[in-house]
Amino acid sequence: MSLVEIASLGYTYPGGAAPALADVTLSIDPGEFVVLAGLSGSGKSTLLRAISGLVPHFHGGSFAGNVLVAGRDSREHGPGELAVVVGSLFQDPETQVVLGTPRAELAFAAENRGWPAAAVARAVEETALALAIEGLLDRPVAELSGGELQRVALGATLSARPALVCLDEPTSQLDPVAGDELIGLLRRLNEDGDTAVLLAEHRLERCLPAADRVLALDGGRLVFDGPPTRFLQWASRAAPALVPPGAKLLSELGLQPVPGVKAARAALRGARLAPAPDAPAPHEGSVLRPGHAKRFPRRGQDGAALQLKGVWHEIKDGPAILRGVDLAVAPGELVALMGRNGAGKSTLLRHAAGLMEPTRGRVEAFGRVALLLQNPTDYLVHETVAQEAAPAALGAVGLAHLGARHPRDLSGGEKQRLALAVVLGDPAATAAPSVLCLDEPTRGMDRAAKDALVALLHGLGIAVIVATHDPEFAAAFARRVVLLADGGVIADGSTGAVLAGGTYFATETARILGGAGGALLPAEGVALLRSASGLEVSA
Amino acid sequence: MIYRRRASPLHAARAAVAIAWCAALGTAALIESNPVVLGALALAVIGAATLAGVGQELRRSLRWSLPLLLSIALIEALVSRDGVTVIWRLGDLPMVGSTNITLEATVYGAVLGLRAVVLVLIGTLYSVAVDPDEVLRLFRRLSFSSALSATIATRMVPVLVRDSRRLAEAQRCRPGPPPGRAQLLRATTAGVLDRALDIAATLEVRGYGAPRGRPQSHRVPWSRHDLTFLGSAIALLGVSVAGRVAGWAPFTAFPLLRAPAGARTSTVAAVLLLAALAPFLSRRGVAR
Repeated sequence: MSLVEIASLGYTYPGGAAPALADVTLSIDPGEFVVLAGLSGSGKSTLLRAISGLVPHFHGGSFAGNVLVAGRDSREHGPGELAVVVGSLFQDPETQVVLGTPRAELAFAAENRGWPAAAVARAVEETALALAIEGLLDRPVAELSGGELQRVALGATLSARPALVCLDEPTSQLDPVAGDELIGLLRRLNEDGDTAVLLAEHRLERCLPAADRVLALDGGRLVFDGPPTRFLQWASRAAPALVPPGAKLLSELGLQPVPGVKAARAALRGARLAPAPDAPAPHEGSVLRPGHAKRFPRRGQDGAALQLKGVWHEIKDGPAILRGVDLAVAPGELVALMGRNGAGKSTLLRHAAGLMEPTRGRVEAFGRVALLLQNPTDYLVHETVAQEAAPAALGAVGLAHLGARHPRDLSGGEKQRLALAVVLGDPAATAAPSVLCLDEPTRGMDRAAKDALVALLHGLGIAVIVATHDPEFAAAFARRVVLLADGGVIADGSTGAVLAGGTYFATETARILGGAGGALLPAEGVALLRSASGLEVSA
Repeated sequence: MIYRRRASPLHAARAAVAIAWCAALGTAALIESNPVVLGALALAVIGAATLAGVGQELRRSLRWSLPLLLSIALIEALVSRDGVTVIWRLGDLPMVGSTNITLEATVYGAVLGLRAVVLVLIGTLYSVAVDPDEVLRLFRRLSFSSALSATIATRMVPVLVRDSRRLAEAQRCRPGPPPGRAQLLRATTAGVLDRALDIAATLEVRGYGAPRGRPQSHRVPWSRHDLTFLGSAIALLGVSVAGRVAGWAPFTAFPLLRAPAGARTSTVAAVLLLAALAPFLSRRGVAR
């Protein structure tokens, strides 16, 4: 018997103009690892919420069809009752940890089921060990990092041993290391504990290798249901925006796309395709060691738009977040700032924009520095889009036609662009910024929205610094990458030189090709392999 | 100012006992009026906080509450018409009329202020040294939803503070004139409601709305710290009640000030101080 059976499911949110789900029919078996793919607004979150019972019990709206979870009809059983079978994890870990310590949080779901105290204690111990959070159990949740908090939230979801766990973009707030660890944990729990997993995720390259099956949604309809390899073949034809870079590389070389770096390398070896032996290794590029920033133009010499000179940010009774950072950005330069959580990226951007004062060193900006922080909603305080920004600024970000809409009704990508219009300012009333800084602008964005953002930033014609965890976005957007660790610059050079030479801070194409030739994007990889083989391989 | 598990005897005691100990200190502060005894209780709380590793939090609280002491003393001195020892004749003041500051009213105001400060310090000690999740478990038999609401409110304070800081930072990034207060208030309210909705959804999917049986408590053996703090609480309560009933540490403000600091008063103060600090002598098994 299937764990979840959905028949002709249709759903429209209260006041919604169009259905969020339409005629969805599918089933999920015990122990399956299913990835849910689709662009933003395709209905992924709504489907997860329908399985957990939040739709329709929590959100209201118009509901048609049937959702059976372990034989229980979601019309008759609310989310509290379905929680016996389904555990749910959403995007934002802050609001998914409701108690003061991880120990209490892990116990909460089991206690709600009325388990005996000894069983609750055992569930807490076993879940903590499985997720390697036993050292966090008695720490206040207010002191946990985003990655730790998401692990605790996952533990709280799993501690009562649900047969199915539904996850809605759980890695969108995490750095690549924490994101990969979370996917690895899910795979292990799926294999060891026979827990079925339903995972909605934009970065498919991260989770397809672990999946047994992929479901794709488009406009609320189920448009694909099959194994990952067949999904990649289908998506290459029907939904290119969903194709991960590695699969795109293979399909453009005329090979069968396969999920994962290891399988892609094997496919290339099988086709006798390899980079030329004389292709330059990434470390032969122009990666600079820390302290070489003085080689970049200075203000007053060749007119840097922004210069940080020996900037320290030291917290009283706390750590130093920035340690003598030297950085100069030329007018019009496109820079990606990378590094794990806590490396100092956001702090550096705040210093650049004058929100913080260095405890040592100085920041010199030639012109206004605009800063767009992580959460675009924080910028939106008016009733209509037109009140938020001037018509010219709205036109620059492509939102002139949405002037009458309420900012909260916009999609995630549109909110990002509106907030960008806010910080760019009215060209008639304010000086145009010479530098634009963006902090993690692609969190939760699908590939199409990221491509649109890249095009928008390229068209601004000013220096842009983007702090990001997303190497694919950095490769598409930037001409220079600065890698931070522990508050200092550990690498600074051309995008190809920095992003082709690593593992976590490398694109999928670079990892497949071992960094050869500094190729970062599928098209560059295809060109490299074609020139090396001397063959014309049909796309 | 949040709870953090530390390696101290007070943190190692179970929540029920820690609450009883804080309540005993609070009761002593409420029923004793002698300034020497209240001073001893203030010392006891500060000493306990230092020995529990939360002295810094208490010092911060003390800095904020000292103006409270001064305000209460000042207001009492200005508005009280009792007392016979005039120390300052202010004459006729507008709205207030003839005003004389008396020694009795000033001292009485200072005693009331000292009591308020002691109670604030006890509250601070409670909030940084007693595990709120354990308190939730303790009270959920009476009213699960009320206890959970209190815990979530505590948990959300730092989250909402961070939200408001983020909002303020974002507004500093806007070029041109800043938005009006009403707009900011609306945005803040919308953010808080969003958070509330997300938390409600989380509670639902964790099975909060499901019919549940009577929650079962986990039997934990009584530790040495449970026993010593319980003994301390009983001693604090017993000595302060007995002292009040027997009049061992009397204090009268009006009409004439009478606050003897003799042997009996000093003994009561010393016993309360020692009873409060004695449980901190043993530090075995305090870490988790």
